[in-house]
Amino acid sequence: MVATRYETVFDLYPYARVAGQSGPVQRHPVVIVGGGPVGLALALDLGQRGTPALVLDDHEGAGLGSKAICFAKRTLDIATRLGAGQKMVDKGVVWNVGKVFHGQGKIFEFNLLPEDGHLNPAFINLQQPYFEKSLFEAIETAQANGAPIEIRGRNQVTGVTQQEDLVTIEVDTPEGLYRLDADWLIACDGARSPTREMLGLSFEGRVFEDNFLIADVKMKADFPTERWFWFEPPFEGAGQSALLHKQPDDIWRIDFQLGWEIDREREMEPERIRSRVDAMLSSQSGTVPEYDLEWTSIYTFQCRRMQRFRHGRVLFAGDSAHQVSPFGARGANSGVQDAENLAWKLDLVCKGISDQALLDSYAAEREHAADENILNSTRATDFMTPKTEISQIFRNAVLDLAARASFARPLVNSGRLSVPSVYDGFPLFGEDALQGPAVSRPGAPCPDAPVGDGFLLGNLTGGFTLLALGEIAVEPVRLEAIETRLLHLTDLSPELRARYMGSSLGAIYLIRPDQHVVARWPAFDAAAIERALITATGETLV
Amino acid sequence: MSLTLDPNIHDPDDFYQELLEAHEHLSKAESDALNARLILILANHIGDREVLRAALVAAK
Repeated sequence: MVATRYETVFDLYPYARVAGQSGPVQRHPVVIVGGGPVGLALALDLGQRGTPALVLDDHEGAGLGSKAICFAKRTLDIATRLGAGQKMVDKGVVWNVGKVFHGQGKIFEFNLLPEDGHLNPAFINLQQPYFEKSLFEAIETAQANGAPIEIRGRNQVTGVTQQEDLVTIEVDTPEGLYRLDADWLIACDGARSPTREMLGLSFEGRVFEDNFLIADVKMKADFPTERWFWFEPPFEGAGQSALLHKQPDDIWRIDFQLGWEIDREREMEPERIRSRVDAMLSSQSGTVPEYDLEWTSIYTFQCRRMQRFRHGRVLFAGDSAHQVSPFGARGANSGVQDAENLAWKLDLVCKGISDQALLDSYAAEREHAADENILNSTRATDFMTPKTEISQIFRNAVLDLAARASFARPLVNSGRLSVPSVYDGFPLFGEDALQGPAVSRPGAPCPDAPVGDGFLLGNLTGGFTLLALGEIAVEPVRLEAIETRLLHLTDLSPELRARYMGSSLGAIYLIRPDQHVVARWPAFDAAAIERALITATGETLV
Repeated sequence: MSLTLDPNIHDPDDFYQELLEAHEHLSKAESDALNARLILILANHIGDREVLRAALVAAK
């Protein structure tokens, strides 16, 4: 029997009996455990590349509750590449004005003026179930076009055994147990990853002793679309910090940092939550607008990661591999980047083009990204909840000064919004013979820029791309089974020039399937590009 | 630029007096807060991370 751990808000993949439950054990190239944002993105990416992906989820759709609510530009760019981005952006809320309060007073406000020339905004607020639904709908579209993706609802993985050349998986369903085999098992099963537990792998890091109360309230009243953040909020019992920001459907997310020693049951009483929410919502206007409590939850968090994301034929992605504090929206966003990093490598390995050693680069690159995210989210946590007397003194000095001098505002840390990692110095990246702008250096994700009526990233799909800019001679380059798609642009927007060329008259970029720059040159050199392709595949070509 | 640990303040006695006067009549907590603000203001004025790092080492 498969236990229900939570309510679903969208039923997307109801349980259906499949032949493999009774017949001979079937073997799948890739089995993904967990149909959250990471598992769905990975399945979609693999399926679009033609590598079969089977997703096992112990529920039948997206879980109730807003959960991850802030999706950053890189995630939206990935979703756009996968055909799911537009719906997310259409549904999401974009905010630009933020206000920072300390106690009774507002210390400053800011306006995030977005940089021009990008398809996607810097981030949107969107409830996680909508994000998952958009990915699921893109999967349905891909399936209709022949992509080999399958999702099995109410299929709970209860056993994982790893052998040298396969993984044996035991699955429980409403109709009993069955077994299947996989070449690769990808655990996208969340922070409490049962797969990690079953393999007896540790998950080390720093535990923050704090409880956060989340309240999603539905407000029809006219309330500004702004992000409000309080340090030491003045409302009674609000704790160390409080946050208010908007989601679609007239929902406002409110977070209260309650501290460690609390009575959870009492804190979850609707009356008690309402009194806190009343105090917050009326703090600026003096009146309490009408609202309904939509969803409430208390959670604690930890900053930690697995020591290694690859264990033989089992790989971990998203929260199962790493966990961060919520400040900076680095959980789901980094998980989707894990999926994108892994998808093309796994595809090359499954197709027999690359040796499995290529997957070690997934682990190395994303472990580095996890460290960066953990560092950022730990710093935010330490700023918001000073751990010593002197750190409290400095923190409050920063807040005092921020009210009167602009220099102190960049020191105020209520979370640094997720930005993608640059894989500086990693072995799969090549030379910077162009010496162009830093923003598009080898290792960096390609910055977007207008191209014709569209945008550059919309043209970087599929496999490796050879991007040629300006009036220069260039030819397609092919290395054994690795083809590069040539994209030659001569009508260059100012943003494209600024972000890719600097003062050079021409530029050649080799770009990975995950839109990270491998290497770049001022002119075409087939031999150099071939060398870079060997580097980019970790010298694993079979 | 490197960190100066040679005398660099004109009228050191005047400066020292002004520094102490800024703390007059303040509680310990208020003094701590003033010091923290002062460090942040001076650090921003210096800006140079190498110099700031050297100063942190020199102050230990």
